[in-house]
Amino acid sequence: MARIDLVELAHSYTGAADDPASFALKPTSMTWRQGGAYALLGPSGCGKTTLLNIISGIVKPSRGKVLFDGRDVMALTTQQRNIAQVFQFPVIYDTMTVGENLAFPLRNRGMPRAEIETRVRQIAELLDLVPHLGRKASRLTADAKQKISLGRGLVRADVAAVLFDEPLTVIDPALKWELRSKLKVLHRDLDLTMIYVTHDQTEALTFADTVVVMHEGSVVQTGTPEELFLRPDHTFVGYFIGSPGMNVLPAEVQGRQARIAGHVLRLDRTYCGLPAGARVELGIRPEFVRLAKPAPGLLGAKVERIDDLGRSRFAHVRVGDLRIAAGVPRGPAIGQEAALVFEPARIHVYADQRRVEGAA
Amino acid sequence: MEKIPNQKAWLLVLPVFAIVAFSAVIPLMTVVNYSVQDTFGNNKFFWNGVGWYQELLDPATELGGRFFASLWRNLAFSAIVLTIEIPLGILVALAMPREGWGVAFSLVVLALPLLIPWNVVGTIWQIFGRSDIGLMGWAINRLGFDYNYVANPIDAWLTIIVMDVWHWSSLVALLCYAGLKSIPDAYYQAASIDGASRWAVFKAIQLPKMRHVLVIAALLRFMDSFMIYTEPFVVTGGGPGNSTTFISIELVKLALGQFDLGKAAAMSLVYMLIIIIVCWVFFTVMTNAGQDRRPAGGEP
Amino acid sequence: MMYALPGRRVVLGLFLVFLLLPIYWLLNMSFKTNVEITSTMSLWPQSPTLDNYRVIFTDPSWYTGYINSLTYVVLNTILSISFALPAAYAFSRYRFLGDKHLFFWLLSNRMAPAAVFALPFFNLYSAIGLFDTPWAVALAHCLFNIPLAVWILEGFISAVPREIDETAFLDGYSFPRFFIRILMPLIASGIGVAAFFCFMFSWVELLLARTLTSVNAKPIAATMTRTVSAAGMDWGVLAAAGVLTIVPGAIVIWYVRNYIARGFALGRV
Repeated sequence: MARIDLVELAHSYTGAADDPASFALKPTSMTWRQGGAYALLGPSGCGKTTLLNIISGIVKPSRGKVLFDGRDVMALTTQQRNIAQVFQFPVIYDTMTVGENLAFPLRNRGMPRAEIETRVRQIAELLDLVPHLGRKASRLTADAKQKISLGRGLVRADVAAVLFDEPLTVIDPALKWELRSKLKVLHRDLDLTMIYVTHDQTEALTFADTVVVMHEGSVVQTGTPEELFLRPDHTFVGYFIGSPGMNVLPAEVQGRQARIAGHVLRLDRTYCGLPAGARVELGIRPEFVRLAKPAPGLLGAKVERIDDLGRSRFAHVRVGDLRIAAGVPRGPAIGQEAALVFEPARIHVYADQRRVEGAA
Repeated sequence: MEKIPNQKAWLLVLPVFAIVAFSAVIPLMTVVNYSVQDTFGNNKFFWNGVGWYQELLDPATELGGRFFASLWRNLAFSAIVLTIEIPLGILVALAMPREGWGVAFSLVVLALPLLIPWNVVGTIWQIFGRSDIGLMGWAINRLGFDYNYVANPIDAWLTIIVMDVWHWSSLVALLCYAGLKSIPDAYYQAASIDGASRWAVFKAIQLPKMRHVLVIAALLRFMDSFMIYTEPFVVTGGGPGNSTTFISIELVKLALGQFDLGKAAAMSLVYMLIIIIVCWVFFTVMTNAGQDRRPAGGEP
Repeated sequence: MMYALPGRRVVLGLFLVFLLLPIYWLLNMSFKTNVEITSTMSLWPQSPTLDNYRVIFTDPSWYTGYINSLTYVVLNTILSISFALPAAYAFSRYRFLGDKHLFFWLLSNRMAPAAVFALPFFNLYSAIGLFDTPWAVALAHCLFNIPLAVWILEGFISAVPREIDETAFLDGYSFPRFFIRILMPLIASGIGVAAFFCFMFSWVELLLARTLTSVNAKPIAATMTRTVSAAGMDWGVLAAAGVLTIVPGAIVIWYVRNYIARGFALGRV
């Protein structure tokens, strides 16, 4: 139960602390609120596990500090930090029963027997492990083993935070969904700070109130799922979240006008003084691009492919060298000529991949 | 991985089968043959049935007495060295450094006794334990203890036990070290997060993960300590008296010293049978106890 | 690192000293004169001499012992590995009549006491005229080395995915060519480990080696036991000979030091 602050944290596995290129985690400062449900989202190798291991104390950072409720914990061991962590692959104690596995963290801390029993039962009920409590843990399937790992992470009520490192990787897809919703319920019931590392956007967006997106060793955006969807701060966020990802189109922007592929678009806001020499791009989600009949004044395109995702359909069209995705309720045929209509309020301007705030 | 049924695979196994059969079956047949016959020399043999076996298994006879005395000595010796070497090997494996030059150095030193010819091992300890020219014998006597492995049976036993510990504990240590190396880091991280003590980590993680190699280690050590011949023969020659005469020493005396082929052959077969039975029982018990290690889902 | 054994340096240090001390004492003695050995208790040679080694390197009855030992050890290692490789492949890949029983029968030979086989081997190899040749010892040692080699190699081959075999056969490789060109390079470390164990057990064994030789193929270890008693306890030379028998093992260990841990896992922990 703690607020966790990261102060100027950076880590390099090669130990070259002054070579920024070698950093697995680039200098990062941020705050994790007590009781929050966070997801740490990013592709493999973006530094999210490193960040998690620094918080739990498994990795000592090259630079910076971690504070729990304002107290510097850098000198404390994992055990003293009072953190719970669940790993990607199930870690179970082979010789113990399921119940003993769940009780292990409590027993090690000298909790009275009766309390251990109630707590273990409570967690086992939440995870549907009650029928297995007396069985040898090593005899269960990988799914059940990972549930035990989850249970061991959740069994202590007083932890500063529970960290999940891609905990559902080995779980069956159907069960994955169920376990995720369970975690969400547990978060509400137990009032714990939870940090959930994943590379799966659905997992992140359904679990968390706040999603932290990481890319190449730095945090590129922190926000609610809605913010990440509507106002991606970085082209990577736009591309990584949403499916299909945001259209990112090279453009020239001047004031309220943008030029893509020779066509001039009106923008909702004014962009002045974009940094000289910066790579300027427009970003717009396919959900806010409409396909219309070809007409003068509209950007013409050719339909290349239609993706029907059930609830929604997207057309992939071609404009010169550019490929753009756009929402279509029904029609058109592949190869057909069409035109694109952009929702001006939803167009974002990016300079060197970072979003530029326009003036009204 | 599912294996493909293929009888032609016998062709690949045939050379091994032939050479091992040549080295094992033919001599074994000879032994069986000797064990049911008697000879008065000159290559004249007489059918003796189970006579040698009756004599061997009756402690009242001279042969039976010698056999059972050496059998008990052998069992005691195996029990003692296993009791010392297994825990010591585990302890040394746990004490191994994790990385750096210390690892290679320790591994090389640990492996060293294993590659010394067995009679040289005997020679080393024969010299080391002597009170006139050996460091250990000299030091023990200087400390005021009366130590002489040539004259005193207890000292002789102590010497060969220490020698065996010196010679073979490394094998257990190296096997355990290999077992420990195969434990993923996540287990230690999880244990540290769960607040486990050093002892709890040993009991809940390290020992269960070492069980497989410990079975191998205990089997190898039992077989080899039960078959021991060269080292005690060099150090004590089976003495003082018969106090360190193990079955192998007795057997070689009978076969190559007295050319009592029938008796030696009968003893050989009973001896082998004991080893195989003990190993089989031990192996079955240990692997059945570990049956629950392989679940349906499997581990990474 | 986490969960280090308390006092591990002390435990390991003491044990390594325990291992090294007797070897050091042998080394120490090998550089002393017999007079110094028997008259004083010195922790290092007071007047170091190489005379003991000179005796060994100039007297053919000593140094041929080394050549004999190395000959049969190398022969045995080559024999064991080349016989064991195809069998290990068969056990790893195929199911065939009696495979399990055969495997356990092979392993059970590892449990046969050398003392049991000493006399029958003597008779057998005398009968076929191999007595007192390196071949006799090399073949006799196959009894326990081939099963071990099969066991180790089977573990390593099973770690190679079978898709590799299938792809090679689809690409038109014949079985021998696949075996030598593709499989053997893949399990090179396993072959090294198996060879190490064969070398080790053949090098340290004496009972069979002594029984099966008399003059021409006598191993160094046997030379030690016989010559010394005749020469009336020449401690210095005995120590020097002992030190020299440790050298080949030490060299082998040095080369395989990085594989030792994996080797002892026998490819299957």
